[in-house]
Amino acid sequence: MPAAEVVGALGTRFSATPYALGVELHATALLEAARALRDAHGYRYYVLASAIERKETIEVVHAVRHPDTHDTIFLKAALAKDALEIDSLAYVWSGAEWHEREVFDLFGVRFRGHPDLRRILMPDEYEGHPLRKDFPMDTPWGYRPAKTEPAP
Amino acid sequence: MTGWLGALVLSATVLLVAMTIVAYLTWIERKVAARFQNRIGPYQVGVPHGWLQPLADVLKLIVKEDITPRSADPLLFNLAPVMVVAPALIGFAFIPLAPGLAVVDHPYSYLFFTAFASLTLLGIFAAGWSSNNKYALLSALRMVAMVASYEIPLLLTLLVPAVFAGSFRLTDVVEAQRGLWFIAAPVVGQVAFLVFLVCALAEGNKVPLDLIEAESELIAAYNVEYSGIKFALFYAGEYAHTLAICALAATVFLGGYLGPAFLPGVVWLLLKILVLFLGVLWIRWSLLRVRIDQALRLNWMVLLPIALVNLLAAAWWVARS
Amino acid sequence: MSAPIEVVEREFGELALNMGPQHPSTHGVLRLILHLSGETVVKADPSIGYLHRGVEKLSEHLAYDQLAPVYERDDYLAPTANSHAYCLAVEALGKIEVPPRGRWMRAFVAEWQRVSSHLVWLGTLGLDLGGALGGGTTLYMHCFREREKILDLLEELTGTRYHTNMNMIGGCRYDLDGAMAAKSVALSAEIARALPELHALAGDTGIFRERTEGVGVITKDLALSLGVTGPTLRASGFPTDIRTAAPYDAYPELRFEIPVRQAGDALARYQVRMDEIAISLRLVDAIVEGLPPGPLFSRKPIKNPKATKLPAGETYVAVESPRGELGFHLVSDGTAKPLRLKINAPSFANLQAVPHLLPGGLVADVVAILGSLDPVMGDVDR
Repeated sequence: MPAAEVVGALGTRFSATPYALGVELHATALLEAARALRDAHGYRYYVLASAIERKETIEVVHAVRHPDTHDTIFLKAALAKDALEIDSLAYVWSGAEWHEREVFDLFGVRFRGHPDLRRILMPDEYEGHPLRKDFPMDTPWGYRPAKTEPAP
Repeated sequence: MTGWLGALVLSATVLLVAMTIVAYLTWIERKVAARFQNRIGPYQVGVPHGWLQPLADVLKLIVKEDITPRSADPLLFNLAPVMVVAPALIGFAFIPLAPGLAVVDHPYSYLFFTAFASLTLLGIFAAGWSSNNKYALLSALRMVAMVASYEIPLLLTLLVPAVFAGSFRLTDVVEAQRGLWFIAAPVVGQVAFLVFLVCALAEGNKVPLDLIEAESELIAAYNVEYSGIKFALFYAGEYAHTLAICALAATVFLGGYLGPAFLPGVVWLLLKILVLFLGVLWIRWSLLRVRIDQALRLNWMVLLPIALVNLLAAAWWVARS
Repeated sequence: MSAPIEVVEREFGELALNMGPQHPSTHGVLRLILHLSGETVVKADPSIGYLHRGVEKLSEHLAYDQLAPVYERDDYLAPTANSHAYCLAVEALGKIEVPPRGRWMRAFVAEWQRVSSHLVWLGTLGLDLGGALGGGTTLYMHCFREREKILDLLEELTGTRYHTNMNMIGGCRYDLDGAMAAKSVALSAEIARALPELHALAGDTGIFRERTEGVGVITKDLALSLGVTGPTLRASGFPTDIRTAAPYDAYPELRFEIPVRQAGDALARYQVRMDEIAISLRLVDAIVEGLPPGPLFSRKPIKNPKATKLPAGETYVAVESPRGELGFHLVSDGTAKPLRLKINAPSFANLQAVPHLLPGGLVADVVAILGSLDPVMGDVDR
């Protein structure tokens, strides 16, 4: 289906409002909408997950694509900064696994139901979430090596 | 030559010449490999084409720090390089250099040679095990599987010249080739030589069968924890082993010291060894590496049956004529 | 001296091997924690982030005009592809037109860098499969000999070999004159003549086929679910190429084939990339032939680079880098600096396949699979 129809279908079923790249949803509707997109509309190809920090919220974005029509749709859900938890889409598309780990690592958003939610780019014991706006460029925190390293 | 002194002088000479040849085999290898790869190779050390490079390498390795990992088994760790080099050097004692002239001219010298050549397996396994390093251990495990497997067709093909010559004395094997080199024996000789070549590549850990030293996966494998003079011994041991195998092949398949009289027999032997070595280099620097299960499958499914049938054919041929 | 070493006895027969960040075959600083049972891989856990330089964070603190060269360090084997995607994203959001000659010159450099990147991939695949002490190095040297000629051409065009700093918002910087165009045509013919030699050293040899056939098969469902891109996706049977699916620059006007294979194994990925080299060589000839006249960029000389503002909004634009879909998700809030810039790296998506592909294979297959996926750690970690 062309994107407009999909956007319309999502809008009626999950009360999603369209925007430039896709639809904006409520965080609780994300998992159901993702499943519907994959199964009913055939958006089986996963593209990316990201997060955008606004003044009061952090918006979590997932982009998926229809493999035949190459139509890309973005699913966006806004989270309040004191409640950064959302459902994980790792069991809907396997590709979401690492992307969600990156969003967790860099923004601090927890993904409920993620099979292995740990830091991916920063060292495992790092403190802080670097891509947040309140994380300074000249961070006072340095790299602290792990206490035990497995032998080669 | 008779007498203790004569034997000592001869073995010292052979050893010295062999070690020099081993050193210069490294130079030949680097030059030939470089030419395959569109570059030049050693150039600076020793002005015409870096002919002093082996000397520089040896000096460098001698002065490097000799590190023994704390958790390595000290006895085996230090003994392993010796166990790798010594059998190859002992093998040189059996190669006949001229009619009746060999450091050891024993009725069973052929068997002794192959027996000693297999001892390097123990040395490499000792190195891999005692390093207390997982990469070395993986390499040691692969090696036991592979080298032990490839021993069997190797020995079966090496029996063919013995069958033709009717003796296990290497001098007899060479003398029996006065009429026709054994490699020229119809079908049987060529098949034996080809199978021998593949098995020799496996035994000597040369690409395409150098899995145990697979640098890209196991990062120098069994000698990963070795440095300095011990590493130099491993390095030299690899080339000494190759030289020994090439010498054996030249002796039993290509007629050893036999050749037209305008050059002494030893020079003919060295020329044949050089040709074989260049062949090994050519294969080594052109082909990619085989996987362990593919290598083992090649051995048990292809080489072993062929070697068996070949040996029986050789025996039948000899019995018939 | 520190405490004596404890030996821990384990009960199960698994060996945990660390193919650490420093390893000849992990294509950069990738750490693979392999659990082995004998020679068979039971579990593989990749650990990335050793080359993370915080490019996305940096993007929020620099002006738009300053940012184009920064991204060239991400995927350092095809640097211009990164800045290309960035410029396209900014131009899409800012509604900036690029003149035709600028678009075609961008495609020219992009295609040459595709050839160069694939030559590196082939050479390093040879090193992985054949070892530095064997036939792999021969393949490597031959590939790099060809690549040096490409880098010389790029140096003549842009002044540097790699990070060409070619793209700017609104166009590109360097132009092709008659002599350079002739050199480009001659070079593409020369490399096309060298290709059979590379085939003979790699894919035509029986050992290569044995090492790569059936190894690391990515099924169609797995490919879609994981989101693998580029040659990896095309080797699993999907004819998806950003240059035709969402064309940009000169590609709407160029005709070229998309190589597709069905097997999804390492051999299929090899064949797709080798085909792509040949196709790209023809493409550069077509680009040189059809290069339209005119200016290279459309903006007036920039007095204050930090003053460029983009309207508020969001956009996602992707290019086809040698590794796959390299996309920039740019969010602007109307100021002179991006609010958020997310780079969708193809190697990140392709590397996700590693925990799925490695188990069940041997240790020797690990390097074959990694080599066939062609990850660049600068791209993965950014």
